[in-house]
Amino acid sequence: MDEAFSFVFLMLASTLRVATPLVLCAMGGLFSEKGGIVDVGLEGKMLMAAFFAAATASVTGSAWAGVAAAIIAAEALALLHGLACITYRGNQVVSGVAINILAAGLTVVLGAAWFARGGQTPPLVGDQRLAPLFLPGAGDNILVYAALLSVPLTWWIIARTRFGLRLRAVGEMPLAVDAAGLSVAWLRYRAVLLCGLLAGLAGAYLSIGQNAGFSRDMTAGQGFIALAAIIFGKWRPLPALGACLIFGLLDAMAIRLQGVRVPGLGEVPVQLIQAMPYLLTMFLLAGFIGRAVAPKAAGVPYEKEH
Amino acid sequence: MRPPRRSLSGALPVWAEVALLPLVNIALAFIVVGLIVAIIGVDPFHALRLLVVGALGSSESIGYTLYYATNFTFTGLAVAVAFHAGLFNIGGEGQAYIGGLGCGLAVLALDRWLPAWLMIPIAIAAAALFGAAWAAVPAWLQAWRGSHIVITTIMFNFVASALMVYLMVNVLIAPGSMTPQSRTFAPSGRIPAMHDALQAIGITVAPSALNLSILLALACCVAVWVFLWHTPWGYALRTMGHNPEAAVYAGTSLRRMTMLAMCLSGALAGFVGVNELMGVHHRIVLDFPAGYGFAGIAVALMGRNHPLGIALAALLFGALQQGGAELAFEIPTITREMVVVIQGLIILFSGALAHLPRPWLQILFARRAS
Repeated sequence: MDEAFSFVFLMLASTLRVATPLVLCAMGGLFSEKGGIVDVGLEGKMLMAAFFAAATASVTGSAWAGVAAAIIAAEALALLHGLACITYRGNQVVSGVAINILAAGLTVVLGAAWFARGGQTPPLVGDQRLAPLFLPGAGDNILVYAALLSVPLTWWIIARTRFGLRLRAVGEMPLAVDAAGLSVAWLRYRAVLLCGLLAGLAGAYLSIGQNAGFSRDMTAGQGFIALAAIIFGKWRPLPALGACLIFGLLDAMAIRLQGVRVPGLGEVPVQLIQAMPYLLTMFLLAGFIGRAVAPKAAGVPYEKEH
Repeated sequence: MRPPRRSLSGALPVWAEVALLPLVNIALAFIVVGLIVAIIGVDPFHALRLLVVGALGSSESIGYTLYYATNFTFTGLAVAVAFHAGLFNIGGEGQAYIGGLGCGLAVLALDRWLPAWLMIPIAIAAAALFGAAWAAVPAWLQAWRGSHIVITTIMFNFVASALMVYLMVNVLIAPGSMTPQSRTFAPSGRIPAMHDALQAIGITVAPSALNLSILLALACCVAVWVFLWHTPWGYALRTMGHNPEAAVYAGTSLRRMTMLAMCLSGALAGFVGVNELMGVHHRIVLDFPAGYGFAGIAVALMGRNHPLGIALAALLFGALQQGGAELAFEIPTITREMVVVIQGLIILFSGALAHLPRPWLQILFARRAS
């Protein structure tokens, strides 16, 4: 009985650990998409933030400086995305792809030049990392709680505040918002900046919370899994959290099931479990598990009539 | 008189629209690259010189430049064909991977029995078929179930990667091998290297990874050009990209056209597998698409979705890839990923921020006119 309990506890803890960056990223993406800006660049923002968090923490010795640097780095890319998509009405997917590729290259180029470790930052120790708050060994640093808190907060902002109402309007029908005398661009910029903030926290969690340092491509597709979670949650915060937890659980299981024979099934390929978030999202998108409807104006640049 | 309105959609002279604006965009990308190089503490002009010499300085480096350009041509064309249909295929990475699986499986199954003149066309067809099939699923989901092709092609990249790791580790691994790679292809399943082919007609060049797949890439350029601009299907495909309602009114089935465009796109991306596996590695290996699928977006944007432009852009990217490798070798503080940074910046400035210099150019032309 004790053993089962500790197994469940360990699985829960590792699920939460894996899900934390997904949750932060998904809430960030939610703001952006609700405001009508598609964000394929979550992955790149998170990667850039992870790099600058670890680099700053390693140089200054302070995890908090690392968190600040992560936010600044992610916000810089968020502003770039805003500039391209809102001010210059460029293609939002192209901009997101550019940000991903730019981050994948730039983190290694800068890392190799600054630390001469083939793109890695020096291993972080002590105060350079975020420490667990209550449960030593469970890795429950402050960003884990921030992620859990971000979900009700996101729900409240989007569903209950004036800003949230306007944000939803600007994602569904920007013309109406414009006609009401509000600035479509400023609302969308705020959405994009909120997204940058949360993606920055997710990146910081990866490199100075969950891991002790930055390694190349350490996001490994988690930005896209967060995107999948948004779709899976049908653009609502709580269901998106649920999706993140399911995907986190799958990941935790994949690690535990490596080489294990499940009775009745035989050996489950780890790769299948790893591909599950994507496959499940495809099934959802195919309309086999209900319908996921994106904000109507998502991906469409707003052109003010002259 | 009213001053000319400076807007993002305002007109420029045709030559400025076609040539000047794209050049300014690329120049901006390279200015930022130069700044990054300077931040790292390297003289950008010195780096540029090393890069050009590294890409074009010897017959070996030219060979590698052209070999990389072959891959970029395939993925650039793949992105462009989908673009013309108004579809954004970011699944080139996965389609290249699965295309490689297709040609690899064909070779592994038949190379002991078939001669090269029969084996190679069959394997190329298999690459096209598998690449097309991998693109067909997102296409079907878009055409019949209305799910967005950008999201589904991204998801399929990851599924392809997981599938390949599973197959290589568990099924296709050569017996006794420690690394996940298949057995070596028999000679009939290899595409001749360019230096061997040239040797046969009496020309000696340094050995490189360049192989006859580059002829397939050139043929694809011509075929895509003929298809898009000189066949009724190409016309219908481009009509769908410009104005889907007009296409429907003209009797085009958007569903079938989506399938056609994506399958062609996937087949073109699949040819990366031909160049990499049959031309160079001579076995199935992991991770051979190495970002070519994503770089294809930059190639297509820079080449303005025209086969000629794509061939030229692919040459530039090939030179960057090869020159960048040499540069990284010469200057230890610069890594090969510098090329990835350049790709990202070109996608940014030629794609997402394409309108950025437009107001500047409008001011310039307005001033000259008055």
